[in-house]
Amino acid sequence: MEENNNKELFTVTVFSENRVGLLNQISIIFTRRKLNIESLSVSPSSIKGVHKFTITAYADETTIAKLVQQVEKRIDVLKSFYYRDDEIVYQEVALYKVPTAELLNEKNLEAIIRHHNARILEITNEYTVIEKTGHDDETTALFEELKRFDIRQFVRSGRVAVTKSPEEYVTMYIEERARRKEEVERCLNAE
Amino acid sequence: MSEIITGAEALIRSLIAEGVDTIFGYPGGAIIPVFDRLYDYRQQLRHILVRHEQGATHAAQGYARVSGRTGVVIVTSGPAATNVITGLSDAMMDSTPLVVITGQVGSELLGSDAFQETDVIGITQPVTKWSYQIRNVEDLRWAVARAFYIASTGRPGPVVLDFAKNAQVATMEWKGYKKCHFVRTYEPNPDINIADVETVAQMINQAERPLIISGHGVEISGGEKELLNLAEKAQIPVVTTLLGMSTIDSGAKLFKGLVGMHGNVAANVAICRCDLLIAIGMRFDDRVTGDPGHFANQAKIVHIDIDSSEFGKIIKPDATIHGDARKVLALLAGCVAPAQHDEWLADFDRAWQVENEKVIAPELNSTRRITMGIVARHVAEAAGKGAVLVTDVGQNQMMSARYFKYTAPRSIITSGGLGTMGFGLPAAIGAKIGAPERTVCFFTGDGGLQMTVEELGVILQYGIDVKIILLNNNFLGMVRQWQDLFYDRRFSETQLVNPNFVMLANSYGIAAEDVETLDKLDAAIDRMLAHKGAYLLNVNIDPEELVYPMIPAGAPISTILLNKDEKYEN
Repeated sequence: MEENNNKELFTVTVFSENRVGLLNQISIIFTRRKLNIESLSVSPSSIKGVHKFTITAYADETTIAKLVQQVEKRIDVLKSFYYRDDEIVYQEVALYKVPTAELLNEKNLEAIIRHHNARILEITNEYTVIEKTGHDDETTALFEELKRFDIRQFVRSGRVAVTKSPEEYVTMYIEERARRKEEVERCLNAE
Repeated sequence: MSEIITGAEALIRSLIAEGVDTIFGYPGGAIIPVFDRLYDYRQQLRHILVRHEQGATHAAQGYARVSGRTGVVIVTSGPAATNVITGLSDAMMDSTPLVVITGQVGSELLGSDAFQETDVIGITQPVTKWSYQIRNVEDLRWAVARAFYIASTGRPGPVVLDFAKNAQVATMEWKGYKKCHFVRTYEPNPDINIADVETVAQMINQAERPLIISGHGVEISGGEKELLNLAEKAQIPVVTTLLGMSTIDSGAKLFKGLVGMHGNVAANVAICRCDLLIAIGMRFDDRVTGDPGHFANQAKIVHIDIDSSEFGKIIKPDATIHGDARKVLALLAGCVAPAQHDEWLADFDRAWQVENEKVIAPELNSTRRITMGIVARHVAEAAGKGAVLVTDVGQNQMMSARYFKYTAPRSIITSGGLGTMGFGLPAAIGAKIGAPERTVCFFTGDGGLQMTVEELGVILQYGIDVKIILLNNNFLGMVRQWQDLFYDRRFSETQLVNPNFVMLANSYGIAAEDVETLDKLDAAIDRMLAHKGAYLLNVNIDPEELVYPMIPAGAPISTILLNKDEKYEN
């Protein structure tokens, strides 16, 4: 394992056309620079036809800035950005599967759920699924708390994030490109 | 007027509509439908049947580099597709426009480990500018148009179209071809920020010791004239990268040499002494910078490139201009004030004197043995104006590049970034096809020639007039040089037992002769150049000969070895 000395967690967002193979193109840019992807989520964005990748990785700023340039260079990528945690609002979801029998012996179950602002999704005779939405430290805290109940499965989603900036740069960029397209077509028609 | 045609036919029509006249290729199972249609278009599309798919890519590179047009390759799936990877990587590193079409098994078989199936998109993504799998015949025209647009514009590069067999045989309605002029996510021709140009013009006006490094981008943009205009107006000395060597006439007064590991002393020294470094269309390769931490620290650095991701990738610039090199150079030439830098220009003289005395004179004035420098210089002089140098990789590359003379744009075709041994022979074939009126002088070594020697068959089949100068020392010379200098002369696995190259060439119908001694050299060169058709000179070279000057890998560029015993002292 490599140390994360002098590295901080960055959130990289990538906006792209919805085309097969883009995830591979993006992930190999991380791999080539020996950056481990901590979490990844892909979803449609608010713009029709544009997909959004949210990726977290530990790196120094110079490395991540160069990486974002390389990502943006890929033909089907519209824009890529990187952020520190204070520039974004972000969330993760965690699910915990615990044997129901273990929970039944717990007197303070309500307090735990309430305290962690978690919720119970499903209860069967065999198991119970608890869900917790929050930051990494919060989902980890609940994990620690539930450990004594013999957690059978645990999973945490990739980070999803939106920026705090009032400017919507991707929307602006797409508008700019639409104008450029008109300009190019005008020039072609004039020829 | 519309008609129903197959995807294979549509591909051929699309290529013709893109202005393609030459294809380098090799048929096979998953691309037979395309070759079948090609048969009907033999008059419009010249197909060059190579002997190995790697050769097709390098030939297409040579064609593209000499002509500025996109090189086109068509091969089959599986092993053919994996054989083009080296050429794709090379084209990616050296910004060469290629469209490589690979056959692919039918879409219904994809992912089933079908016969000759390979994950071409997955394998080629890291080494291509763009790649796309055509599974549906309806995508074909869109994909081909996009491929040519992306390959040839901006910073050029290789594009792969993986053409599934079902889409080749499926039919579609042909409504004519539409070229691509716009991709939303890609801007190959960015508007140049005039404020950036003015800032840089100011920096040039204020500089006392400005220096231009001209790279491949100047050649790609066709900016040779604009480069000279700017340099002459402000009296800025010009040094070049290896791929930029023919962006300025070797005889130009302001040309001060080649930079980098085996570059000219004066050019590398100037990088350490200038107060303003203007890098145009180059990417600060480590063979240029040596230790980047000691690269031009005293100077302000201006970086001009069409690819903004190069800014700060290796060397942090003080100012940048994002745009086409030719356009930027024209704008800069308009903005800068006329200037004189007599003292600065004279500053190069001493280093040139030292290099002349310690390196060049001993190389060129040898009376005993044939040196690589003599061969390159004598060939250049005899070939005259407009000759194209194509090289393989290694000592032959560095020596021929250093001692050749460049009198026209697009005159050096060499594998710079990837350093691909075996690049030379097919690239020379492609260059001759791309510029049939020019003399193509191909310098190679005995190692590199044998890596793609099968392409001699292409010379035979099509009568390609390539002059092959084999600098033969029966060693992998550049590795041997490193073993000599840095590995205590332990010549591990660098000696070759070679075939009789003259007989080998003759068996392909290529005229050839051995040159054993210096006194026989010039007459042999004359015979080679006077001969109509391909010719091979097998020149006997001393394996002890080393390429100097040399900056050891990773050392600061001020550490210049002049020979085994002497370092350049500033």
